[in-house]
Amino acid sequence: MTAPSDATALAPILSAAVAEDSNGSPITPGLIAHRGGPVNGTADTLAVQFGEAVLRTEVVWGETTVYLRADMLHAAVRWLHDTPSERYDYLVDITAVEYRDADRPLEVVWHLRALQRRRFLRLKVELVKRQPLVVDSIIDIYSGADWLERECYDMFGIRFDGHPDLRRILMWDTYREGFPLRKDFPLRGRFSRAEQLKQALAADPEARYSVNELSIAEAFDSLPEDMKRRIAARDETARDNAAAEFDA
Amino acid sequence: MSRMRTIEMALGTSGVDSRGNPLRAPLVAQGDRAIAVDTPPLAFEPELDADHMLINIGPQHPATHGVLRLVLELDGETVVRCIPHIGYLHCGFEKIGEYRQYNQIIPWTDREDYLNSPGNNVAFVLGAERLFGVGMTDRCKVLRVILMELSRIMSHVVWLGTTSVDIGAFTPFLWLYQERENIYNLLEGWVGARLTTTATRVGGMAADIPDGWLDGLKAFIKGFPKTLEESVGMLETNAIWAGRTVGLGAISAADAVNAGLSGPMVRASGVAYDVRKDFPYLDYETYDFDVPVGSQGDVYDRFLVRVEEMRQSIRILEQAVRRLPGGPVNIDDPRIILPPKHKATSDMESMIHHFKLVMEGPRPPAGECYVPVESPKGEKGYYFVSDGTAKPVRWRIRPPSFVNLSAIPKMVEGHLLSDVIAINASIDIVMGEIDR
Repeated sequence: MTAPSDATALAPILSAAVAEDSNGSPITPGLIAHRGGPVNGTADTLAVQFGEAVLRTEVVWGETTVYLRADMLHAAVRWLHDTPSERYDYLVDITAVEYRDADRPLEVVWHLRALQRRRFLRLKVELVKRQPLVVDSIIDIYSGADWLERECYDMFGIRFDGHPDLRRILMWDTYREGFPLRKDFPLRGRFSRAEQLKQALAADPEARYSVNELSIAEAFDSLPEDMKRRIAARDETARDNAAAEFDA
Repeated sequence: MSRMRTIEMALGTSGVDSRGNPLRAPLVAQGDRAIAVDTPPLAFEPELDADHMLINIGPQHPATHGVLRLVLELDGETVVRCIPHIGYLHCGFEKIGEYRQYNQIIPWTDREDYLNSPGNNVAFVLGAERLFGVGMTDRCKVLRVILMELSRIMSHVVWLGTTSVDIGAFTPFLWLYQERENIYNLLEGWVGARLTTTATRVGGMAADIPDGWLDGLKAFIKGFPKTLEESVGMLETNAIWAGRTVGLGAISAADAVNAGLSGPMVRASGVAYDVRKDFPYLDYETYDFDVPVGSQGDVYDRFLVRVEEMRQSIRILEQAVRRLPGGPVNIDDPRIILPPKHKATSDMESMIHHFKLVMEGPRPPAGECYVPVESPKGEKGYYFVSDGTAKPVRWRIRPPSFVNLSAIPKMVEGHLLSDVIAINASIDIVMGEIDR
């Protein structure tokens, strides 16, 4: 967990402390136009601040989406978070979208929220397929990005550059079938039922701790030699598999 | 902190006398620590340095509220590091959703946060309706508010019951589960199911409430506060309860917001962020209710916030019952709502609509939307991406427990092993939602 910078030092939001430029007392939205409608003002200030790094802006169902160039994402999020007039202090979600059209790029989606100003903003970065899927991690800005980025990596294979501990989170470390939410991943998994069963039966019960965890108690050094070899080899395999999947 | 808690440490003895009988030393408060009466001051700190210990909690452990596994590094009894492992319940809900029509996904939302099934049903259709560009009828809106608030009480009741068992009080658990049973009976009378309700449809509800159902609800509204206050009265000023919750797992407002916490977790830290107030839906801004806010952000504050939320939910339910209008529950749109059965079998046009809806499913225009609601655990949102076909390209659940749980290493570090259970319980996790 990284300590938030001073710019986020946040007074508790009590009903009277809502920022002046908020939407007043918000009401339930009625029917919203499909396209068009009011744009979140942040989209314009982003375009002024970052120029051509802002590729385009869309408003769909009343929600503003800003498409950014991948290399400027971190700077843009940092700016949105730290600028006093923006104060996007809350990270709602990080996820990705892959379309059924195989030629469309993969999209990484960030949902940000300015709590006191009651604004919602969606940022997107498009990643062309058949190239390394890498974007910058924003874990140094929002500590809540930790697990969300790990899940996105686990499910889509998108690497978050700068994440200190980018491991699989929902699937297990030695999972070899790929990234489940990609469209080329079949619903029943990539391996046959027989192979899946075989791998489940062959699962190593000693593998419940990683080398890293065993080193906490200095327990790794006192294990029998053969067990040490097996556990170390398992960690190696997990790393190799992850690397191989990126190269594929 | 750790030294205050253990009689042996406070006495500087092994806790037994020379004959092996346990010492009985009444503890008295002195400043911020408890010491035994007539204890001579310690001449030196006992040297207890030793190797750190690795301890594994779960995944099969009754106090982890599901299949959560925590690997803890302990220095004596103090947690130095916590490494959570999740994913034991991963079922690929989001992947399955990409192969289902919108109404066919609703049963999956039951099974995700299974203590809050009706609330998830409502949250899902609110998102789907934004994506379809349709609204809902006035009666439907109020019925959904009733569902959301019943579901909030249901979830908080289970939380309070199980947490009190974790911390050592069994009685509130039994009383509160009786009330949960009453809610389940109500739901069973309405939609036929108790746990997996699937109570809503895009554009309306599975069914209108049956005759006399509101009388049952009114009886619940009348009876529940008594049980709640009795249970809370057992705990609120109970020395054991306070001793095991006050000051534990505290997290500051700035940290809570930065970590993306939501729901009672962030409100206990003093941030009055409630989706019902800040991004209202279902006309919540027209209901009169308060958002409870804590000041310390510890386990005790989370308990107080959840209890007060149940009281406020009762207030909302009372208002909803009073204002429930008549009229249809489903919108009049044959592209989305199934025709009644007798028309589907007698009227040609209705039969065609029925056939197309069942075989092909309703199609939203291409687009995307994220609609959050205030679930009992926090901000739950469904993010839909559609390419114009009857099945979503992407259906994403924003799981509040997942984000809340990700802050657990920070909350437990420095506390005792036994406090890990209390802190973990205070997050109110549901593994079905975390692993999905």
